[in-house]
Amino acid sequence: MFTYTIRRLMFAVPTLLVISFVIFALLDLAPNDPLGDLPLTIPPEVREQIRAAMGLDQPFFIRYLHWMHQFFVNEPLNILEQLTGLTFGSGERMRVLSWATRSPVVDLIVQRLPQTLWVVGMAYVFGILIAIPVGVISAYRQYSIFDQIGTFITMVGYSVPTFFTGVLLIVIFSSWLQWFPSIYDTNLVVNDWSSFVAQVKQMVLPVTVLALYNASQIARFVRASMLDNLSQDYVRTARAKGVKEKAVLLVHVLRNSLIPVVTVIALGVPTIFSGAIITEQIFRVNGLGQLLITAVQGADIPLVQTLTFIFAVLIVLFNLIADVLYGILDPRIRYD
Amino acid sequence: MTRFKILLAGTVAALAAATSAHAGRGTDGDAKILFWQAVSTLNPYLSGGTKEVYSSSMIIEPLARYDETGSLVPWLVTEIPTVQNGGVASDMKSITWKLKPGVKWSDGTDFTADDVVFTWQYCTAPDGGCAQKAQFEGITKVEAVDKQTVKVSFSEPKYYPYGAFVGAQQPIIQKAQFKDCVGAKAPGCTSANFGPIGTGPFVVKEFKPNDVITLTANTNFRDASKPAFASVTLKGGGDAASAARAVLETGEYDYAWNMQVEPEVLETMLKAGKGKLVNAFGTQVERININWTNPDPKLGDKRSTVEGGKHPALSDPAVRKALSMAIDRDIINEAGYGAAGKPTCNIVPAPDVYISTANDWCLKQDIAGANKLLDDAGWKKGPDGIRAKDGVKLSFLYQTSTNSVRQGTQALVKDWWNQIGVASELRNIAASVFFGGDPASPDTFQKFYADLEMYTNNFDGTDPEKYLTEWLCNKIPSPANGWQGQNMPRYCNPDYDKIVAELSKTGDLAKRAELVKKANDMLTAEGAHIPLIHRGQVSAISAKLEGVRMNAWDSELWNIADWSRKK
Repeated sequence: MFTYTIRRLMFAVPTLLVISFVIFALLDLAPNDPLGDLPLTIPPEVREQIRAAMGLDQPFFIRYLHWMHQFFVNEPLNILEQLTGLTFGSGERMRVLSWATRSPVVDLIVQRLPQTLWVVGMAYVFGILIAIPVGVISAYRQYSIFDQIGTFITMVGYSVPTFFTGVLLIVIFSSWLQWFPSIYDTNLVVNDWSSFVAQVKQMVLPVTVLALYNASQIARFVRASMLDNLSQDYVRTARAKGVKEKAVLLVHVLRNSLIPVVTVIALGVPTIFSGAIITEQIFRVNGLGQLLITAVQGADIPLVQTLTFIFAVLIVLFNLIADVLYGILDPRIRYD
Repeated sequence: MTRFKILLAGTVAALAAATSAHAGRGTDGDAKILFWQAVSTLNPYLSGGTKEVYSSSMIIEPLARYDETGSLVPWLVTEIPTVQNGGVASDMKSITWKLKPGVKWSDGTDFTADDVVFTWQYCTAPDGGCAQKAQFEGITKVEAVDKQTVKVSFSEPKYYPYGAFVGAQQPIIQKAQFKDCVGAKAPGCTSANFGPIGTGPFVVKEFKPNDVITLTANTNFRDASKPAFASVTLKGGGDAASAARAVLETGEYDYAWNMQVEPEVLETMLKAGKGKLVNAFGTQVERININWTNPDPKLGDKRSTVEGGKHPALSDPAVRKALSMAIDRDIINEAGYGAAGKPTCNIVPAPDVYISTANDWCLKQDIAGANKLLDDAGWKKGPDGIRAKDGVKLSFLYQTSTNSVRQGTQALVKDWWNQIGVASELRNIAASVFFGGDPASPDTFQKFYADLEMYTNNFDGTDPEKYLTEWLCNKIPSPANGWQGQNMPRYCNPDYDKIVAELSKTGDLAKRAELVKKANDMLTAEGAHIPLIHRGQVSAISAKLEGVRMNAWDSELWNIADWSRKK
């Protein structure tokens, strides 16, 4: 298992290098222009100078090498300096700068992480907590009223887009009932009871929208996996031995059914970091998803490149984690 | 003891009287503003985007501003320099600004002429990529005569000398803060770019790029009783419709900028009674440019260039006029713009002195007239209902940027053109590509690989001289100049060039107005373009907000120091 993990990690390095190159090439080929949003009153000569100040006048490979150097050497050194308080070399080195804000991309990401982890991460946790019991009961009482309603809700949750449920909840709970705010306040600091309540209130709507979507997806998996196991021979054996129904269901069947579900959940973790582009826009959570989409729209290539590359790293990493977890959970699977 | 009580009561009464008579600084709490396009930086010299210019206008200020009528208002100066008061040299080659005494930066230091000089040096430094550099064009020197006097010299006589340091685009930045951020070092100064020290009513407390700005009242602001608000929160992100909802329906916010929302959606939101819409008209005109050159793909490199030859159909003045006559601008306005637009036949739609009525025939749709015009010019309808002459069909590619209002307009126009026997193929291109200007992309509005294209353009400030130079013969985009001219229709008329040349040598305002009108009339009459809608700006404001004077000539937030909460 250990050697397997090491081998996979080694393979990840060239994979990621290729990914970074492909992303860079794709972004370069895209016809977007970072100056596309500027007023037309800014004349072409000035635009040319702005472009040069961004380094856009240099050839493709030079820009790619610049980015590689900034991302793989300068940024880690910078983090190391901040952690240890030491200074390496002159301490002055070019960091990956966003074109729109002209500030270091890594600082932007660090600033956006908390709200994304809170809102999207919380929605993922809630989604799992709802999905497992719903999936278990639906499978155990297949075709019962509970199963029918559960199936209906999960199907609706899965197929109705978040831009619809989000706006629907705003119209009902913000405009009409006025219970919850429709705009997320990223400046809110939780330091007492009332600010905690405010934080909970502003998280309710976006978390509900996303949790419904996540729960629907995972609940279907749990149900299918439970159904597979419920008809296995070992279940009949357990019952024949006189094991209590609760133990059969929760100890034997559930544990075995969760093996594929855990993999699915692990594979879904990177999506927490990539944020929820649409939901974040609707509620103005302004996390990583909103950062990515504004960067894409504004052709802020260094920011898009860095963000997508970080997502690529996370996806590769969690794929590996899922595989390793699978091996640990299921004794039938051996990689060596 | 009783004496003390009386004294106490008296003090309380006096205090109460004082506050009710005059609301002081910071008494009205937090003003909440919503920009659905989030603000990326607070240094307008590094961005040039409207959202950055507007948001920074609360912090840093120019020497003079335009008010809501478009007239100049002295802001950090004692008066507007003119030839009469000696501020403008009689040869029109220099202008001298006298700074208001006693103005302080928010850090408590004095605001001096050196800061103004530095601002010019900052923006004109090489490798800086300053977005407002064009505003400083033609300036040879900016010098500090003394601490309170700034002299700006021009290389040639400038008959409209109020370009530099006027309006929200060119605020004065502090020399002490930015002195190490000149040229190539400008983008690296993140803390200065995110928190400029200014003379304005508010100071940056925290700036989260592309998210939210927190501002507090400037304790060193020159008017001790202003601003009424103690703080401002400017939140960004989302979309225009939900921003309108946050002001008009839920009442969570006080002000939402740029309400590009279908008129009927706004109507329903207004019914909640929590706020209203305010609008102002600047110089934006939505127009259809007509390609005077041939965009035929067969021409290869010569496509849409003067060398490629004239357009086979659109070079006929009758066709150009008929296309304009067939359009019902009222319906376009009603469907897509509402309070944010009015039909126009001018390319210079404001200020009032420049408004011409010579081409107002275009305001009324005339399908029959357009048909007759085409018949007379020899364009005969074929079996498919499309007119043709000498094998050239009136079938056009009509492109614009992706935007629901523009696509709605395209569909309406296509239908009207159908009625006069003109076929059109509609195309829309993502705005960041269309306006991006990448010379490698075939889809930019500069390359104009289409017969007709629609977008909005305008000019800064109130003087259209520079804007009118965009239609000069030497401004035609071509591969030779990297497609960099602004004369998109490829219009070229020596008579027009003469009018513009005369304009640049005329100082008398009445005469200037006459020349501007002449140039404007010529462009529409000859059909360089089809003007459609004079576009305004619409913002939503809460019913609880007072003092907003909606301004299209400067930043919408130009007078935020005067805003207050309705009691």
